[in-house]
Amino acid sequence: MNVLGEAVVWLNDPLNWQGRNGVPFLAYEHLYISGAAVLLAALVALPTALTLGHIGRGGGLTVTVTNVTRAIPTLALLTVFAATAIGFGNRATIIALSVFAIPPLLTNTYVGIRGVDRDIVEAARGMGMSETSILLRVELPLAVPLIAAGVRTAAVQVVATATLAALVGGGGLGKIINSGFGQQDPGQYVAGGILVAALALVTEGLLALVQRQVTPGQDRARSRRSVRRASDAGAPVSVS
Amino acid sequence: MASLSGADAGEHAHSWTNVLAVDAPANPWLSGDYVRDNREQLQELLLEHIVLTVETIVIAVLIAFPLAILAHRFSRLATPVLSTTGVLYTVPSLALFAFIAPFTGLRARTVLIGLVMYALLILVRNILAGLDGVPDDVLEAAQGMGYGRARMLWRVELPVALPTIMAGVRVATVSTVALVTVGVVVGYGGLGLLIIRGFQTFYRAEIVTASLLTVALGLTLDLLLAGVTRLLTPWARSRS
Repeated sequence: MNVLGEAVVWLNDPLNWQGRNGVPFLAYEHLYISGAAVLLAALVALPTALTLGHIGRGGGLTVTVTNVTRAIPTLALLTVFAATAIGFGNRATIIALSVFAIPPLLTNTYVGIRGVDRDIVEAARGMGMSETSILLRVELPLAVPLIAAGVRTAAVQVVATATLAALVGGGGLGKIINSGFGQQDPGQYVAGGILVAALALVTEGLLALVQRQVTPGQDRARSRRSVRRASDAGAPVSVS
Repeated sequence: MASLSGADAGEHAHSWTNVLAVDAPANPWLSGDYVRDNREQLQELLLEHIVLTVETIVIAVLIAFPLAILAHRFSRLATPVLSTTGVLYTVPSLALFAFIAPFTGLRARTVLIGLVMYALLILVRNILAGLDGVPDDVLEAAQGMGYGRARMLWRVELPVALPTIMAGVRVATVSTVALVTVGVVVGYGGLGLLIIRGFQTFYRAEIVTASLLTVALGLTLDLLLAGVTRLLTPWARSRS
């Protein structure tokens, strides 16, 4: 437990809380990278999945995208992007991380739209609603609980993997762990581990609350079930 | 990926022919020379990668089965087992290695313990989903035929759950292959070593070769396991 003491000492050193290598700035950088990556992924995944879900095609696509991206190591993609014209730094990290945020968003949105009761869609069509307003005013609101679950999964995963950016010259809290390993300073890398784990768990907790807020009471059990069914079908909802 | 070999390599080859003092040396994305010159090291690290992956999956399966069977039999245990493994899964790999390293040192064992923890969640969840998904009438029929608990588990529940369980093993294996690369921070990351070294020396061929080998390894193991699943479940084949 000596290491834990060293970690506490590290965390209590005011020097570690100042400047561009201080905890507050790195935490901000970590959240900024993660937020940008999720936003970028959502811009790609949501329109695609909404359209595919509405016309009822492309279920195989979501499974394929999930399976292929799972096989790509995060570290490899981070490094490859850094070695292209994008260059080192946070931009390469954001693009690489967004690739890994796409599958949960794509799958959950698609399953959410497909899961809307066909009778409701038929009723809307019978009332003379256009296809666009059926999608945006009927299917989308009913799919919100599952989409929120997808956003939560994607965001938690991105916050977790953003840690790896430090290995390829990026920023964020991973820097503390990485330089701790580099200097063979267990106190520092355990302290970094605590910070990173805490950030991931807090993100998970907050987004779980948000997801609860947007899920109507009688739907809570139902959406959980349909997510599980989706994962049985070979497209697990959370895998980093 | 379009510029992987074509345009980029051509451009470099061109600048190579009229050598000026300021010309950067050729740095192609793919290079046969690189593979030839480093064949021995590539083989060695690929083997390390495979050994770590196989050890992880074997150990994780051995731990996951008793956990999942307990959670299945005593449904009150299901929530604590799933949420504990879920929390473990939220902790980023780099942080997890940082927590384990002070106790186990910078050794392969540190990576192994971390990887087993991640594989556990996927396996426990899928085994449990498989066992819970066995239809009640199948269980009643088996009971009516005089099957006891142990024989029921072994001869009825596990075979029926096998496709779901194997889906979990495949996901866990592919994820593990990708995650092994992060082990490079404690010195045992298989092909991850080359990804990071290629990054540090800005050697594109090394980054891309190691990344492609990692992806290929993941997909090959996935295909192998898909084949094993087909062999183990001949009834599913004849039905579809």
